[in-house]
Amino acid sequence: MLQRLRENRSLQGTLLVLPTLLWMVVLLIIPLLLILLISFGKRSPDGNVIFTFSLDNYLRLSGYSTDCPAGGRVCFDPLYLQILWRSLTLAFNTTLLVILLAYPLAYFIARAHPRRRNTFLFLVLIPLWTNFVIRVYAWMILLRQEGVINLVLGWLAGLLHLPFQPLEMLYTPGAVLVGMVYEFLPFMILPIFTSLEKIDNSLYEASADLGANSSRTFWRLTLPLSMPGVVAGTILVFIPVMGTFIVSDILGGRQVILVGNLIQRQFLDARDPTFGSAASLILMVMTLVVTYFYTRKFGFGEEIVVA
Amino acid sequence: MNPHRRAPHVLIATALVYAFLYAPIVVLVLFSFNASRPNVKFEGVVSHFSDRVVMDGSLVKASPCGSFHWYCDLAKNREVVEAAKNTLTIALISTLTSVVIGTMAALALQRYDFKVKPFSQLSLYIPIVIPEIVMGIGILTLFSQFFGVLNNAFGLSGDSRLTLGLGTVIVSHIAFSVPFVTLVVQARLQGFEKSYEEAAMDLGADELTTFRRVTLPMILPGVLSGGLLAFTLSLDDFVITFFTNGPGSTTLPIYVYGLLRRIITPQVNALSTVWIALVFVAVLLLQRLQNREP
Amino acid sequence: MTSQYAVELRDVVKKFITPEGNELSAVDHVNMRIQNGEFFSMLGSSGCGKTTSLRMIAGFEWPTEGEVYIEGKPMGRTPPFQRPVNTVFQHYALFQHLTVFQNVAFGLEMEGATNSEIATRVGRALEMVQLRGMDRRHPKQLSGGQQQRVALARALVKVPNVLLLDEPLGALDLKLRKEMQLELKSLQQQLGITFIYVTHDQEEALTMSDRIAVMSHGKVKQVGTPVEIYERPSSHFVADFIGESNFLDGKVTASSKKEATAFVPALKTAVTGIPVSAGIVKGEDVIVSIRPEKIGISDKRVRNTNSIRGKIANTIYIGSDTHVIVDALDTRLKVWEQNHVSHLDPKSFYTVGEDVWLVLKPENTLVLKKD
Repeated sequence: MLQRLRENRSLQGTLLVLPTLLWMVVLLIIPLLLILLISFGKRSPDGNVIFTFSLDNYLRLSGYSTDCPAGGRVCFDPLYLQILWRSLTLAFNTTLLVILLAYPLAYFIARAHPRRRNTFLFLVLIPLWTNFVIRVYAWMILLRQEGVINLVLGWLAGLLHLPFQPLEMLYTPGAVLVGMVYEFLPFMILPIFTSLEKIDNSLYEASADLGANSSRTFWRLTLPLSMPGVVAGTILVFIPVMGTFIVSDILGGRQVILVGNLIQRQFLDARDPTFGSAASLILMVMTLVVTYFYTRKFGFGEEIVVA
Repeated sequence: MNPHRRAPHVLIATALVYAFLYAPIVVLVLFSFNASRPNVKFEGVVSHFSDRVVMDGSLVKASPCGSFHWYCDLAKNREVVEAAKNTLTIALISTLTSVVIGTMAALALQRYDFKVKPFSQLSLYIPIVIPEIVMGIGILTLFSQFFGVLNNAFGLSGDSRLTLGLGTVIVSHIAFSVPFVTLVVQARLQGFEKSYEEAAMDLGADELTTFRRVTLPMILPGVLSGGLLAFTLSLDDFVITFFTNGPGSTTLPIYVYGLLRRIITPQVNALSTVWIALVFVAVLLLQRLQNREP
Repeated sequence: MTSQYAVELRDVVKKFITPEGNELSAVDHVNMRIQNGEFFSMLGSSGCGKTTSLRMIAGFEWPTEGEVYIEGKPMGRTPPFQRPVNTVFQHYALFQHLTVFQNVAFGLEMEGATNSEIATRVGRALEMVQLRGMDRRHPKQLSGGQQQRVALARALVKVPNVLLLDEPLGALDLKLRKEMQLELKSLQQQLGITFIYVTHDQEEALTMSDRIAVMSHGKVKQVGTPVEIYERPSSHFVADFIGESNFLDGKVTASSKKEATAFVPALKTAVTGIPVSAGIVKGEDVIVSIRPEKIGISDKRVRNTNSIRGKIANTIYIGSDTHVIVDALDTRLKVWEQNHVSHLDPKSFYTVGEDVWLVLKPENTLVLKKD
């Protein structure tokens, strides 16, 4: 037995990978297929799933409905399309802002003295590993009507003898954007740092030697060479922003509804898993399409594993 | 050209971004020492208040814990203690399991050739490219359908019904931890030529002895940092737990989320502060491990 | 049962699938018989299959076809830890987490030797490679040469019948490499163990080996003693690979067992030499090969040899020798002359443009089949 196993290295490899593979298949792949299946199903009156082949859920997402409150056979309500569009634009804006904020910091850390570099990195990791929910909560304290920002603004206004009306910041789209940027900033800093760190110092010397000043060196050398990091960071930021529901739930209240919130409510409140499945499938397709075209253009940075 | 030269605008931007990263955390920690109960405004540090009372010589009862009043409250809160226990149990079991099977998978993918290798490798990237919520509802759907079928088939009802709970959370946590452990250990193995293992076998060590005496000691830093990563991911997870937990399996992030939708006391801040302190230690450890040269 | 051969490869084939999905024969129907106590080298450039052959003997790879025999026993898919051979790896593969002593003791521990036995045997092995007193160090604290010695001690402490060495000196600098070559050779003679040595360095192979197998593209091109390989290369490839040579295209006009004459168009003359490749027949296209140091330069024609008229094109002084480039009709030949006298006076040597005769003695001229 043992001797035969020894002689069969392919069997050994298969046996070693088997538990992990099993987990991946049962808990990742089968669930995805299940969602696909259910998205074509129908909701029974008691909230269960009836397996059938119906495109109703997708029609409903696209805004067309056969169940019209105002009468007529088919009516159009862009509610869900608006939600999808809102999620997409929010993800784009968040990613863009995160790149703008992360780049200088990553650049600074990468070019810091090696001995201090680890400390600066450490300072990025702390907020990253502080719990997601806790980080949203922190912004709640800051943004509330009687929160820290208004407190400081009020105090400043008092000093200047200006009238002050507390700003309404919580439960606005802006609050959600700030929350998202805050949540995902470290995911951009780390990969950009990694790709910047890889740039050999002799390249900077060569660039200077060839007569490039520091700004030309940055645009012609540093930025292009750090693109793999930006690409990896974008994937690490864009995908989760598309699907996150806590940030909008807590900082956006009922004002800002994203695909994530829509899906969550279908599964837990409205109890229509078929519609929720269709929505998550669309979400998945959207992220995969964006990732696909994005990585095809820029390549898939190996920096992705670092974070 | 000085490689460590910094332009002033980079410095200013860096300072601002660090401030942006840390302002919320500082406020959060500060508020854990707040005297006011509805945690909206900062009304002075608890200890400051109680200290003054003591100095006046009056017998007004000060909080026995001083400025750590809300921390004491926290320790007495049975729900918090229960949630903390759940969180740790889940993290420990899922980490141990994913470290073992993830290391095995990394070995297989790095040192062996077999038919399902490309597929296995590819499947590890699923959690990276798929939004967590999709994974969450997928797993939820799997469990509810599967349990529904089993409950019906065996006529289970009441307490014996299969429901979401600690078990489902643990199993799901393993699902998202394993890819990370595998990829981290694989990266570590990539740094080592196969010749070390071959040398051991050449000297008479069988496969298991080779693993125990040569491979494992060499990849240990990778295994440990993979494990620490899995542990932190599990502690930190909200989305997957949110969809797969059931009665009696509330974790700390789920508990905090529940509180945020109800009344918030500085207890949440105290909890967060403890959390941040623990994260600080964990990250420190992780860095130490990763910086240890092969 | 002891076999005549320490190691034998019978019709061994090893195929790999390249990342592009193509099938590649790294070792292509190789036959080799390595005698007991022999210092046997496999020589070839990278990708010729020498390392794969060695790895199949060690048991790290299994043949796709054919069989490897060690001491007469077919190895099949016997794992490395059940084979009576030990290996010195190219980059030593010393266990970084163990000390020198622990590295050398590893193999003995696996045998289940007692602690006292391990201590004495490791001590002796370290002494043999002149590393006494280094046993508590870690590999990283040693120089390249010292690491190489540890790797050697680690393999030899097991007293294998066959020691496999995969370019063990490749990472050392030239001077150390030359020292180690001699040391390895004398160690092998002293221990009487069979050494199978893989190298791409022909000088190394010629210096140390009893016999050499020249390999290319997964095939064995020639097996022979260093002298045979150099003086009687059996093919154009081997003649070209080992040392340097002048090659001339020709067509056989007459051939016997002892001599073959070929007309060389580039010289518009017939050249006579030894037919080294078997089965050379009249009318066949061949290659005439002669080593640069075997060509004589004369101021007049020499009878009964191949004498060719030439003009000195260039002379390159390299210390021990002078390389003379001679234009002869439509071709150019290299001639190496040893500097028996010092050339401090430029007039004491050939001048560029000078007319000379080149003498190619038939016993130094080889007639080879085209590859």
